[in-house]
Amino acid sequence: MSSSKKIRVLVAKPGLDGHDRGAKVVARALRDAGMEVIYTGLRQTPEMVVRAALDEGVHCIGLSILSGAHNALFPKIMELLKAEGANDILVVGGGIIPEDDIAGLKKTGIAEIFGPGTPLQEIVEYIKTHVKL
Amino acid sequence: MSEEPVVSVNELVDGVLSGKRRYLARLISLIENEDNQAQEALVQLYRHTGRAYIIGVTGPPGSGKSSLVTKLTAEFRKRAKTIGIICVDPSSPFTGGALLGDRIRMQEHSLDDDVYVRSMGTRGHLGGLSRATSDAIRAIDASGKDIIFVETVGTGQSEVEVIEIAHTVIVIDVPGSGDDIQAIKAGIMEIADIFVVNKSDYPGADKKVTEINTMLDIDPRERPWRPPVLLTNSRTGDGVAELADKLLEHFKYLKDSGMLEQKGLERSREELQNLMKYKLTQELSNKLQGKPAYEKAIRMIAERKKDPYTVAEQLIAEFLFSESR
Repeated sequence: MSSSKKIRVLVAKPGLDGHDRGAKVVARALRDAGMEVIYTGLRQTPEMVVRAALDEGVHCIGLSILSGAHNALFPKIMELLKAEGANDILVVGGGIIPEDDIAGLKKTGIAEIFGPGTPLQEIVEYIKTHVKL
Repeated sequence: MSEEPVVSVNELVDGVLSGKRRYLARLISLIENEDNQAQEALVQLYRHTGRAYIIGVTGPPGSGKSSLVTKLTAEFRKRAKTIGIICVDPSSPFTGGALLGDRIRMQEHSLDDDVYVRSMGTRGHLGGLSRATSDAIRAIDASGKDIIFVETVGTGQSEVEVIEIAHTVIVIDVPGSGDDIQAIKAGIMEIADIFVVNKSDYPGADKKVTEINTMLDIDPRERPWRPPVLLTNSRTGDGVAELADKLLEHFKYLKDSGMLEQKGLERSREELQNLMKYKLTQELSNKLQGKPAYEKAIRMIAERKKDPYTVAEQLIAEFLFSESR
């Protein structure tokens, strides 16, 4: 069998947010694009997200949030990743995130934010081209 | 991995042996990707393995494997055991992608430093596990975990590979899953060291226990260990402490009866044979792949001018001859 590197992605829902239909749709799309997707379920603390990402050896974390707490939770996750020396993991976000907040989030190291209505193919392509295998 | 700090094999080995989870995670990734570094590390780690108690958990999809492993983990943590968990989910035969969702049930241990959870896709391997599973177990074993749970994909009737890697196999069934004929079919029902009827609060749980016991009553194999049939509820935790006791009892039985040693020998024989087979196949295909004579032979077989039986024997004879010179 040839060496087969697979893109592994953690799809995570940080914070108190019970809506994961979007996260599931994205997870399914990544799966259909040939990636291994680990979904951890709802209500994750930043610590849980980072621990799961490290244990699972993922190349990418997709954060989904619709609660409005992104400005608190996303930077915290980036901080914890940095503390673990895991800067190589590509982090992207999605959900209900106002335009005005995007620049600030990107400054913390989030690579891209995908708002409602983003074609799934766009997310797939973005991850495929930006992930470090 | 371009910008990731390059880790040497020695660093990797030291990291795993001192129980650092990042190194463990990295080694398992290398194993899954069939990277050469993985084998170099495993060569060094091998003598540090063989200490963990490996428990296989199998059963149909939705029977509660992940939830039960979570509850068992909680029970063994109370008894000061450290835990590794490997959960295998199916990879798509079409895209190779996978949705690995077993971690969802395991949130209560997600920040426990003495619990390591890893999800794996089958990546085309049949039998309920992935090709990398046994080496991943070895890596976790070397990192010092006392107990390693291996949760197979949701199984049907014949994915029985888990018996080759686990000391004890738990087969989970649930009430209402077919009649007593299902219980006497060959395959998965034959591999249990312990049966668990999960979702004990559902109607028909006692009937299921009776069906399995009846099946065991007529089992012609002379077995000093008759698999017990336990009722559990992985939502409430009912029956889980008893199951943990039974597991330890089975491990003790294996040790005291000499079965553990015997299984170890069988396993090493099996593993060596498989590895040789694998390496030989690879060598052979490296040698033949793309060679004009090989392609021509394939064409002639397809056109019925030659038969595959004779060609295979000829090629292998040539290969062995050329190697022995």
